[in-house]
Amino acid sequence: MKSIILKRATVYLLPLLLLFSVFILLRGHYEPGGGFVGGLIASIAFVLHAFANGLKNTQKFLVYHPGILIPSGLAISLLSGFISMFKGEAYMKGAWLAKPVPVIGSVGTPLFFDIGVYFVVIGVTLTILFTISETTTQ
Amino acid sequence: MELILAFITAILYAAGLYLMLRRSMVKLLIGLTLLSNGANLLIFLLGRLTRGKPPVIGDDEKYLSGLYADPIPQALILTAIVISFGLTAFAIILLKRVYIVTNTDDLDNLNTTDDI
Amino acid sequence: MLLAVLSGFLLAVFFLFAGKLFKSGASILLSLLPLSLFVYFLSFAHLIAAGEPQTFRYEWIPTAGIHLSFYLDGLSLLFALLITGIGTLVYLYASAYLKGHHYLDRFFGYLSLFMGSMLGLVLSDNLLTLFVFWELTSISSFFLIGFNNDSEASRKSALQALAITGGGGFLLLSGIILLNSITGTFSLQEMLQQRDTIQNHAFYGLLLFFIFGGAFTKSAQFPFHFWLPGAMKAPTPVSAYLHSATMVKAGVYLLARFTPLLGQHSYWNTTLMIIGGITMLYAAIHAIFRTDLKSILAYSTISALGMLVFLIGIGTQRSLIAAAVFILVHALYKAGLFLVAGVIDHETGTRDVTELNGLQKVMKPLAIAGLLAALSNAGIPFTFGFLGKDLVYEATLATGWLAPWLTAAVVLTNILLLFAGFLAGIKPFTKQLPQKFSHVHLPSPLMWAPPLLLGVGGLLFGSMPGIVDKTLVQPVVFAMHGAAVDIPLKIWHGFNLVLLLSVLTITAGVFLFFFLKPSHERLATVERLQVISPKSLLLRLYKGVENFSFSYTRTMQNGYLRVYILTILLFTIGLLAYRLFTGVQISLDTSSFSPYSFYEIVIVVIMFIAVLITMFTTSRLAAVAAMSVVGYSLCLLFVFYSAPDLAMTQFAIDTLTVVLFVLVLFKLPPFLQFANTAIKIRDGVISLLFGALIFIIAIEVLNESVNKEISEFYATNSYLMAKGKNVVNVILVDFRGADTMIEITVLTIAAIGVYSLLKLKVSHSEKE
Repeated sequence: MKSIILKRATVYLLPLLLLFSVFILLRGHYEPGGGFVGGLIASIAFVLHAFANGLKNTQKFLVYHPGILIPSGLAISLLSGFISMFKGEAYMKGAWLAKPVPVIGSVGTPLFFDIGVYFVVIGVTLTILFTISETTTQ
Repeated sequence: MELILAFITAILYAAGLYLMLRRSMVKLLIGLTLLSNGANLLIFLLGRLTRGKPPVIGDDEKYLSGLYADPIPQALILTAIVISFGLTAFAIILLKRVYIVTNTDDLDNLNTTDDI
Repeated sequence: MLLAVLSGFLLAVFFLFAGKLFKSGASILLSLLPLSLFVYFLSFAHLIAAGEPQTFRYEWIPTAGIHLSFYLDGLSLLFALLITGIGTLVYLYASAYLKGHHYLDRFFGYLSLFMGSMLGLVLSDNLLTLFVFWELTSISSFFLIGFNNDSEASRKSALQALAITGGGGFLLLSGIILLNSITGTFSLQEMLQQRDTIQNHAFYGLLLFFIFGGAFTKSAQFPFHFWLPGAMKAPTPVSAYLHSATMVKAGVYLLARFTPLLGQHSYWNTTLMIIGGITMLYAAIHAIFRTDLKSILAYSTISALGMLVFLIGIGTQRSLIAAAVFILVHALYKAGLFLVAGVIDHETGTRDVTELNGLQKVMKPLAIAGLLAALSNAGIPFTFGFLGKDLVYEATLATGWLAPWLTAAVVLTNILLLFAGFLAGIKPFTKQLPQKFSHVHLPSPLMWAPPLLLGVGGLLFGSMPGIVDKTLVQPVVFAMHGAAVDIPLKIWHGFNLVLLLSVLTITAGVFLFFFLKPSHERLATVERLQVISPKSLLLRLYKGVENFSFSYTRTMQNGYLRVYILTILLFTIGLLAYRLFTGVQISLDTSSFSPYSFYEIVIVVIMFIAVLITMFTTSRLAAVAAMSVVGYSLCLLFVFYSAPDLAMTQFAIDTLTVVLFVLVLFKLPPFLQFANTAIKIRDGVISLLFGALIFIIAIEVLNESVNKEISEFYATNSYLMAKGKNVVNVILVDFRGADTMIEITVLTIAAIGVYSLLKLKVSHSEKE
């Protein structure tokens, strides 16, 4: 699957798709979307890149192993629940900034939770797919 | 429309189970995927069908009112879809691993290893 | 009091760390514990005799209504004194008997564990703690029977005993829970207030079944008696202590304890009289054919236990007095006989009565101990046994129309028991000493003094019954019967029928002793009847169950995945179809259904075709492609029916799944056709049947009205409480955030699983 067109296209597609996935993630609280879908779209972007340019190049491009995203994402989700405890409330009770941020809307702990989910999903999907294609191409 | 959807749900179940009863591991996995699709559709169907009113609160409103699609089955199915991906991935890798070790796709051949 | 009960456990735990210290002569010091406990309990005697039961209460699990509450009345005092008193002697005896044994520390650990639990058992007022102690005695008995753990017979007997007493414990627990649900309390003393409620309750019969189940297994009643002869594999001090004087009487204790609560009811009395009667006769007959000393004693113990159950069953004041006295009498002489048998075994190396003769020449004090015990057992005047037997006869004679039968049974049992006692206590010491035993000498006093002491005790109580009458026997009967006792213990009752029966018993027994010599041939004859004994019947049942489960496992768990699936499917189809056709009115109401629309129908048709291709194609790639078409169609359906989140997720996942399948599968060969057409048709029919059931269920559920309460909660509060407008997303990340947290954890585990499965090198051994 070394097509020149696809190869050129992914150069533009990857950042676009990633931007789109972030957009889907952030608007998730108000419109259809969210961490799961956002994470899956981002993974698809990387998989596409790997198809066009070869797995080695994608991994070089990523620098770190995607598996690193899994614990990071889990930690973000887990810790976001603690924030409300500083206010003396129960674990995972939502806490929001007083004023809404432009574009995103009101920022609160559920958003951070969703960002954690986003990272975990990317990490899991890419770990699975990269591991498989690594061993099949050997 | 519900009748037709119930019919296709039943077909998905039947086809999934039929494939799971085959000896080939690949068929087993495809059957599993069809079955989980069928289960998702069943939950969705039983949550009642609503056309053109997603469970999203409008710009000027503070809560959903009137007719709207039930958000609970949707949340359940969303979870199920993602989890079943994890399950399928794991099962496929198991299959691959078994294939590497035994060089066969035939489930029955796996039995004989017990005797060795 | 708490310390007194727990000291046994503390000592047992102490042995874990410091047991090695006691392997030498220091083990004799251990008997100080039961001795001091004996003195401690004796100090309560005057309070109890004055009719003041003592209550001690300690909180344990207050939220579950479980307290460590101990109740000390006549009955528990009698048992506590037996446990600690005989315990002291057994501790002394064992320290010489097992001197230099490799696991001496372990032995005393188990023994202390047992003493502690037995004390707890007889002192508990709370039935749950009673049950806990009850089970602990079974467990410590298990360890003690299997003490010689390198002998297979020992291990087998230990397991058998545990299985039977454990099974009984299970019944007892059921009984206790039933009692609790009737009365609302676990305290025995509080239950006594509700005696009438219990006795008139519809479940009274079931309750008796449970309680009897526990008591009969523990006290080795017919047909559960056979674990007790097996338990003789334990070292002799254990047999003397657990399996004749104390633990096996736990069942009798339980019955005595429940007499004021459940007694005086025809079910209670009849069952106990029948079971007790059968046991005492059956075991007594068995006893006279044995040639092994401990075997004789084991069967005569079972017989005595049967008599106790029988006496409690009669339930009159007189019979309860007889039972109270007989518990004490039996504990004294039977423990004595066991200890004597232990010394004989220890010194001569055999327990075969046909070989043992003339030992009185070399072991005089032991011969006296054996004689005293045998005489007390025989009920010779001025021994304690005489009193016991007289009371038993008086009790049976006062039972109305049943009197002749019951008395005859008891007299016969007593004659046989007398014979068995003489066999064990007198026979080995009389006649000529064989040459091979001439080197035998008297062991250390630690071994002959305890049985002698027990014998002297029997003589003392027998000639001066006043010592135990007011202080011990009457409070026991008071605890069982609830009324003050007006019959004092007397040695001389005058010339009457009872005396005549006593004389008859003794004469017949002695006559039997002189004419019936133990022989191996007779034993062999009796052994042949083993085939129909409860033991072999139960063992055959056990074997049958084992065979059944083997063949069941082989057919059901045969290792073929599709057979499992098929079984599950057929079972589910059968169950659902049965329910559908018997309990459900199948109806079809399309009025609430949404209208048909062109696009959706087209999608469903595409899905249907894709499913068919998936099923019947011979190419893997085509199957995977068709499977993905099914997924994308599903995604479109989600779009049409207002589920944009689902549609997006389904789309992404479907894409990734296809990538996954292709990555793994494109190197594998095409499908092979394994099955023949007949199997395919069978599977097809079953799958379609299941599909049809799903269809019917779906339609039936759609006919029902739907409860939207929870959905409405989310719909109303999603923005107001969680500041989100996409309700599905709000549910996932906020309302049910913890669930999502778990979900991503599961995904993580899947990823780790995949990674490690693939990165792990296939080892050479795995490849073969």
